[in-house]
Amino acid sequence: MKNRLKVLRAERDWSQGDLAERLGISRQSVNAIETGKYDPSLPLAFRIAELFGLAIEEIFLKD
Amino acid sequence: MPMPAYMRRYSFRILGFGLCYVGCLVGALAVMRQPWAPTGVGAWGLAILPALPIVGMIWTIFRLIVEADDEYQRFLIVKQVLIATGLTLAIATVWGFLENFELVEDVPGYHVTVLWFAMIGVGGAIARWRA
Repeated sequence: MKNRLKVLRAERDWSQGDLAERLGISRQSVNAIETGKYDPSLPLAFRIAELFGLAIEEIFLKD
Repeated sequence: MPMPAYMRRYSFRILGFGLCYVGCLVGALAVMRQPWAPTGVGAWGLAILPALPIVGMIWTIFRLIVEADDEYQRFLIVKQVLIATGLTLAIATVWGFLENFELVEDVPGYHVTVLWFAMIGVGGAIARWRA
């Protein structure tokens, strides 16, 4: 699954560590999601969407 | 980033059970060497005593899976434990057949647990490779 996390993060000038801290997860986890190595669960996807003030489908895209 | 709370609990538990194991093993061996060493049920209890902290260590590893609140890290830990379990079963099976054909010596059953702990290390390296 593709995602726009890197772009959204850059727009806010957040590092992976900043995003990880806001989500309460590790930086390694943010990197794995961002690079498409790991697809987050629905609850985490909702938390990410809520943080960016967007709908899940505006962040995560079908391949 | 500081160590997550679930990893701190894991480290304390492993350390606690490790120290407990050393104490139980040394104590049980010392008692069994005495002329008044217990027999029957008492001897069984004394023999099982050092195994209990090891069971605690196994529980600690599975508890880590339950308590890890970072889902990607939990995914990696599950992968690590599955790799370790698979490798341990494979090695134990091959070793068992080698024993049957009298090509290697019999080893105590608890060596499987020692092997599993070693494979947890190997599994960690494999699971986190390029993670």
